[in-house]
Amino acid sequence: MSGNPLANALSRGLWSWTRSRRIEKLVHDVVVYALLVGLGALFAFPFFWMISSALKAEYQIFVWPPQWIPNPVMWSNFAEALANPLLPFHLFFRNTMIIEVAVLTGRLISCTVVAYGFARLTAPGKNFWFAILLATLMLPKPVVMIPKFILFNELGWVNTFLPLTVPAWFGEAYAIFLMRQFFMSVPVDLEEAAHVDGASTLQTIRYVIVPLSIPVLTVIAILSFKDNWNDFMEPLIYLNNARLYTLAVGLAFFNGQYDVRMNLLMAASVVVMLPLVILFFFAQRAFVEGITLTGLKG
Amino acid sequence: MALAGPPSVLETRHRAPRIRHETVIFYLCIAPWLIGLIAFIAGPMVASAGLSFTRWDMLSPPEWVGLRNYVTMFTEDPDYWQSLRVTVVYSVFSVPLRLSAALFLAILLNEATKGVGIFRTIFYLPSIVASVAAAVLWSWILNPRFGPVNGALRLIGIRGPAWFSDPGYALWGLVLMSGWGVGGEMLIFLAGLKGIPSTLYEAAEIDGAGRWPRFIRVTLPMLSPAIFFNFVMSMIGSFQTFDTAYVISTARAGTIGGPLRSTLFYMLHLYRNAFSWLKMGYASALAWVLFLIILGLTLIALRSSALWVYYEAERGR
Repeated sequence: MSGNPLANALSRGLWSWTRSRRIEKLVHDVVVYALLVGLGALFAFPFFWMISSALKAEYQIFVWPPQWIPNPVMWSNFAEALANPLLPFHLFFRNTMIIEVAVLTGRLISCTVVAYGFARLTAPGKNFWFAILLATLMLPKPVVMIPKFILFNELGWVNTFLPLTVPAWFGEAYAIFLMRQFFMSVPVDLEEAAHVDGASTLQTIRYVIVPLSIPVLTVIAILSFKDNWNDFMEPLIYLNNARLYTLAVGLAFFNGQYDVRMNLLMAASVVVMLPLVILFFFAQRAFVEGITLTGLKG
Repeated sequence: MALAGPPSVLETRHRAPRIRHETVIFYLCIAPWLIGLIAFIAGPMVASAGLSFTRWDMLSPPEWVGLRNYVTMFTEDPDYWQSLRVTVVYSVFSVPLRLSAALFLAILLNEATKGVGIFRTIFYLPSIVASVAAAVLWSWILNPRFGPVNGALRLIGIRGPAWFSDPGYALWGLVLMSGWGVGGEMLIFLAGLKGIPSTLYEAAEIDGAGRWPRFIRVTLPMLSPAIFFNFVMSMIGSFQTFDTAYVISTARAGTIGGPLRSTLFYMLHLYRNAFSWLKMGYASALAWVLFLIILGLTLIALRSSALWVYYEAERGR
């Protein structure tokens, strides 16, 4: 090749051409998007399979190759899954929502007040208590699970929603920590003005701090809603009556009992997942911010 | 608002009661959390430590047995070692899988320019799905006869395993499944990647560093705090695995931790002792040992972090 000047020049030209930035960028983008589309399909596939199975007739669900798009579309599967008299999903939904409302109200109120104390007031022992608060973030649940059960059992609270809701009215370490960080960035001047006007601490929190802290309150509300929605172990421990089950526990029992009726099981799974997915689409920013801000996993 | 200058005599005289007043308000503000701390954390911790030295079925009064529960755990309970083994094997495979998958996805998203939001949503969505729903869904995905995974394997001539009904594969099915829910870790990596100053990459590029050296020399060190955080959280989480294993084993094998104890996670063994067999004392001892294991692993990770986690603020030292 070295003997032919033309070929030599051509190959050198081609070489520099393929190495040019534009081509490199194009190759890079093609590789990146090919991987993204491939992996995206892999991650989305279970959702597709679930929805497709939820809408199939029973005879279609066990065929191979699978019928990807159900025909006929069995919307009635949803009605059948939800109307099961042994596993009343409408009750599970109502139970879950009652717990959600009680927990969110309690957590937001108590954590705001506690976080205000840690952010704005000075008192002897404050740093000590704050260190304890941070330490409790690391504590695994199992250590306190059994005595808590015994305590609530003694109080006669087993088989009620009280063990699942009352603790939320006594603060929650990660929410307090996150709110404290946010409150510290709120200008002090406004509070002082309120103070001069004779506002009490609770009034200052209610009329000055809360309106300025809507973003962090939203993040906490959404993450807390999700955690409660998905919680399985606590309702499993405290609720032994099928009429009190939450959606997660109800679905687990449905799974145990109706093994072969996969289309109904998938319809029930869609019902359990859908509200969170819808919430996610409306509150995507808060979800993403919450994870990255708090550093707590989703 | 406050005037500059030394405080007047009048102000100094009023300061002491004002500080006392503020102290009272501070403690009133944090009172809900303090009460919660005593009732739901500190009290139960003391109670559980005490209970771990007793035998108690909640019906007859607790009986003091000293270290018996701890001795039983290590010498007489074959399920104990099995549950520890299952948990360790799962963690050893699941944690690295999750971390590398999350890092890979985050890097891909960081490299992309258009449609990032759509892909980020797709990868993040599985991690907000209830673990019970995910478990139900995956037991259908990994259905030996009608599931798509074994169907795909059939297409290339491989006879897929029975997954959750086969003791040799059930745990691997759970490991595989855990890789689906890496969205949270991915977002933390993505935030970390966005925080790396582009000047570092430009400098490396001027020095002639290619893609791979830049990844090794710039990305990984700058990302090491995020890797460390995800590693510790992921490890703590995997040692407490419960939901998915409970749902899948009770439905597929009919017993907690089945088939043949192959998915008997530590937390399942603990749950079974406490709430199926009402061995509250023994279960408390199990909980404390789990706590000590997690604490020990976390401390080891913290200690080792000095060797490989790079913090920007320390650069000057």
